Amino acid sequence: MLRTHKLGEADRIVTFLTHHFGQVRAVAKGVRKTNSRFGARVEPFAHVAVQFHQGRGNLDTVTQVITHDAFGGDISRDYGRYTTGSAMLEIAERLTNHEREPAVDQYMLLLGGLRALSKQEHASGLILDAYLLRSMAVAGWAMAFDDCAKCGVPGPHGAFALSAGGVVCPNCRPAGAANPAPQSLELIGALLSSDWAVADASDERTRREVAGLTAAFAQYHLESGLRSLRLVDRTEQVQEADTPPRGES
Amino acid sequence: MYEGVIQDLIDELGRLPGVGPKGAQRIAFHLLNADSADVKRLADSLIEVKDKVHFCKTCYNVAQAEQCRICADVRRELTAICVVEEPKDVIAVERTREFRGRYHVLGGAINPMEGIGPDDLRIKELMVRLGDDTITEVILAMDPNVEGEATASYLARIIKPMGIKTSRLASGLPVGGDLEYADEITLGRAFEDRRPLDG
Repeated sequence: MLRTHKLGEADRIVTFLTHHFGQVRAVAKGVRKTNSRFGARVEPFAHVAVQFHQGRGNLDTVTQVITHDAFGGDISRDYGRYTTGSAMLEIAERLTNHEREPAVDQYMLLLGGLRALSKQEHASGLILDAYLLRSMAVAGWAMAFDDCAKCGVPGPHGAFALSAGGVVCPNCRPAGAANPAPQSLELIGALLSSDWAVADASDERTRREVAGLTAAFAQYHLESGLRSLRLVDRTEQVQEADTPPRGES
Repeated sequence: MYEGVIQDLIDELGRLPGVGPKGAQRIAFHLLNADSADVKRLADSLIEVKDKVHFCKTCYNVAQAEQCRICADVRRELTAICVVEEPKDVIAVERTREFRGRYHVLGGAINPMEGIGPDDLRIKELMVRLGDDTITEVILAMDPNVEGEATASYLARIIKPMGIKTSRLASGLPVGGDLEYADEITLGRAFEDRRPLDG
């Protein structure tokens, strides 16, 4: 389940990413009431089996929901994981925005990403970056991290150009290209190929650089900002500046 | 399409939450058929509420004076703050008659997909209030959904270092219901938050 919007007194419009029908929007009636039969199951991050009733209007109606995995409970207990998961949902929503167009690969990627996030299999930031890189690749925007993105000359290359789609050789290098550390390109390769041993062993500085590159890459090619990316909390502790000491009001 | 002021009224009513084009048309014709005095009273109420109602300078609940009636009530406990998302949640908690402290209204919940982060809520104002040594307990009463839980997690994380007792409203079974009809998530929460019985 990707997103919910309030509708009227007690209903919600729910956006699902389904296995067989891609993105589907439907009305879940009465789910904001405490006595709703399936209100607790209709929450973002949930992996559910859902039955729709196709009415005459544009939106289907949710008639039955069975929970497979309630990822929302584990994810929302940790603020960092919640902001990370929200970014993953927004990216999935953006990349599958043609309603009822099957997107099985995107569905499987998101499910795996949310499962890894809820079980804390890896650092939240790494899961987000791996998901972002792979979902963009599935959508047709695979980041080049070895061969030149423009002419295909085998790498490794040192320059990185967003507009070209990744690393570029000295001949193709445009003005203003970045020069990421070789370890960052290695981490990008590891995240794209699920080499978690390499990814988990990466240092904080490399992760920060890769996070910046992947976020910029996604926003450049999606041609608009992702609202949740700026709110992703990659720190374990909230900055101390947020908590004025007692007595200093 | 109607002409002139009738269509203007339908358009304005249609901008209200939960009112669609048909509903707006029905309300507009109800007002046309109603007594002039009734319509004038409604119009006066709309203008009066905009003129007189503000946010309480302490808790950000709706108020007609600088402070809401709860913050201005000297009989209320000063040591406990109940943090809620919206002013209507204050009324819901007040109906229980279980809480005698004061409130803090955040103005929503953290929702990154809607672009709402901690800086968009009245969290800094809450932290300033907690800087006062008199407050010893904070009750987090956000909605029991993903956004509410995440907001509570965030607040608990930043309040914890201040040494203030912080609790979250329990989730579980509705009173008067049958156990067999409870969904597995609510029932699971009820087990997590079960309480010991004396005797």
